Amino acid sequence: MADRSELTRTRLRSAWLFMAPMLIALALVAGWPLLRTIWFGFTDARLSRPDAYRFVGLSNYLADVDGRWIGLLANRVWWQAAWNTAWFALVSVAIETVLGIVVALVLDAKFPGRAIVRAAVLVPWAIPTVVSAKIWLWMLNDQFGIINHILMTLHLIVVPVAWTTGTTAMWSVIMVDVWKTTPFMALLVLAALQMLPTDCYEAARVDGVHPAKVFFKVTLPLIRPALAVAVIFRALDALRIFDLVYILTSGSRDTISMSGFARLQLVDFAKTGYGSAASTLLFLVIAVVTVLVMTAGRVRLSGDAAR
Amino acid sequence: MLGRITLAAASFILAGHAAGAAEIAISCGAVGQELALCRSGAEAWAKKTGNTVKVVSTPNDTNDRLALYQQLLSAGAADVDVFQIDVIWPGTLGQYFIDLAPYTKGAEKSHFPAIVANDTIGGKLVAMPWFTDAGVLYYRTDLLAKYGLKPPATWQDMTQDAERIQEGERKAGNDKFWGYVFQGKAYEGLTCNALEWVDSFGGGSIVDGDGKITIDNPKAAAALTLAASWIGKISPEGVLNYSEEEARGVFQSGNAAFMRNWPYAWSLGNGADSPVKGKIGVVALPKGGPDGKSTGALGGYQLAVSKYSKNPTIAADLVVYMTSQAEQKRRAIEGSFNPTIPVLYDDPDVLKAVPFFGDLKTTFVNAVARPSRVTGPNYNEVSNAFWNAVAGVLSGRQQAEAALKDLDGELADIKGAGW
Repeated sequence: MADRSELTRTRLRSAWLFMAPMLIALALVAGWPLLRTIWFGFTDARLSRPDAYRFVGLSNYLADVDGRWIGLLANRVWWQAAWNTAWFALVSVAIETVLGIVVALVLDAKFPGRAIVRAAVLVPWAIPTVVSAKIWLWMLNDQFGIINHILMTLHLIVVPVAWTTGTTAMWSVIMVDVWKTTPFMALLVLAALQMLPTDCYEAARVDGVHPAKVFFKVTLPLIRPALAVAVIFRALDALRIFDLVYILTSGSRDTISMSGFARLQLVDFAKTGYGSAASTLLFLVIAVVTVLVMTAGRVRLSGDAAR
Repeated sequence: MLGRITLAAASFILAGHAAGAAEIAISCGAVGQELALCRSGAEAWAKKTGNTVKVVSTPNDTNDRLALYQQLLSAGAADVDVFQIDVIWPGTLGQYFIDLAPYTKGAEKSHFPAIVANDTIGGKLVAMPWFTDAGVLYYRTDLLAKYGLKPPATWQDMTQDAERIQEGERKAGNDKFWGYVFQGKAYEGLTCNALEWVDSFGGGSIVDGDGKITIDNPKAAAALTLAASWIGKISPEGVLNYSEEEARGVFQSGNAAFMRNWPYAWSLGNGADSPVKGKIGVVALPKGGPDGKSTGALGGYQLAVSKYSKNPTIAADLVVYMTSQAEQKRRAIEGSFNPTIPVLYDDPDVLKAVPFFGDLKTTFVNAVARPSRVTGPNYNEVSNAFWNAVAGVLSGRQQAEAALKDLDGELADIKGAGW
């Protein structure tokens, strides 16, 4: 440290100087609200009296009151929300990954009008979620919806299906999410596909290797790093799902997500303290998943590199 | 004496001038006729007084609207001067509103005393009653005549009649026809519907006036069990995601025999473009069996002035105008909004436009209130727990008895040491 040259020190100083505005802005708009939320999670604050609150320790999370467990971790609605969210994230990301690869492979092929098709595929992703969710809500309406009308005309169903209620509600949410986010996956995979070297494919063609084998032995391993990034992005996004569930389904517990639960407590019940605790827990869940996936991903990536 | 009057007049004129032509922002209605009627009323006042009004659109869903209001008010925003508030909100939002008593010159005495009491929090008149509401049963007069039926007196009769009409109409070729539609989406509207079923069976009002949790009882279970039997039989499964407007959509397009809704659906159902125009009848909601009673959930809206308003005096004047007898009469005739002033129920012009107001006056006076006063700031959580329990029963996930037992425990948790 001591033998740092004058030049290095000057450079370091100007580096900090240039980074300072960004760091200050980040601390103000991201760090401070986050710390406030975590702090409120340890209090009994309410929206109706924002200044009069007490520190209550961990009792928003878990506490034993007269032999009765209270707090988030003892709240079955919270666990239902956690389960709903995990199920949604797992199923939707899995479907989106497979479909995304398929769409990307199609778009990677050369055919007339490819540019237009590539642009058109992105449309679902470009529509604001609130708008597309409202459109889907009407299309899925049991009495007037076009989906039921088409299925009935094709004689695939006999009576109209109430898509957004009961057991089909979560599947409707997953379907709309798949419709909306597959283009995003396809785009990322397509970018990876365009970077692939052409020589292995030529070699495979000369050797007459079956295309399916080429895909699994050549393409998939080569795009895996890009695919891993895309899956991480989507999984983290899916874990904080809110808007689709909120608009498509009613306020029932069958489909509520962790974000929806936090909003319910914060906004509808005006329980700033409890809702902040729920937000903090959601933040922790996402942080843990991120660390896990990143670690797992990096190990695999370096393994690939070593091979 | 004369001097004092002159002084008062002078200060009145001065105050009027000092305030100038203020712009008052009023939040009322969200869509369609409700918004249009509010706008025309507010603009009439603006023209009369020389002020201007800005009508602020708010979410149609009552839960969303409350969420928005809470955020605006707890942030101390002065963007909205006059708020349209639900009958269940004075307890939650009362602290943010000014006392209107000094401005009304006693006008509240001509309104229903129960509603005025509801709007009085800690001796302060935090809101003026604007229109009241109670759930009523709509039926198709032509279909009841066709099948030789009378409007049903009990829910059991309604179930049978609905089944019969549905069967007949489907045989006649309308395979989209349903017997009964209501508000089954998991939200505040389901709380109203389910409270009506429970109360009509004599099962109480979830939490009684003393704050005791009463919902876990056999009569309430019987009511919910009957309601659950409708789903897929006389009501489409989609009803579990219907609010008021979705139910009205089915009924008004001629695809349902009965509908539970608020009185506003009357004038829309009789509008020029309505396929069922002139074929609609309205009665009080059925009883829960021969020993039950006829009831309706108390709804309705009030107008309140934000304490953060920059022109509270002028805003209060708008509220007094909007809730006046003349304006309520206009709204009753043009939009079938129930007045909160009893004498209007005997007004010949009103009765000509909305004949059922006279017959159902007792329903409106004796409507069952949701337990919002006694549960105070916890009401939203209570209602959420209740509608979720009911939704579970309606979707067939849980038996009514088990659901009510769980609900009882959950409400005890919310209550804790006290509401």
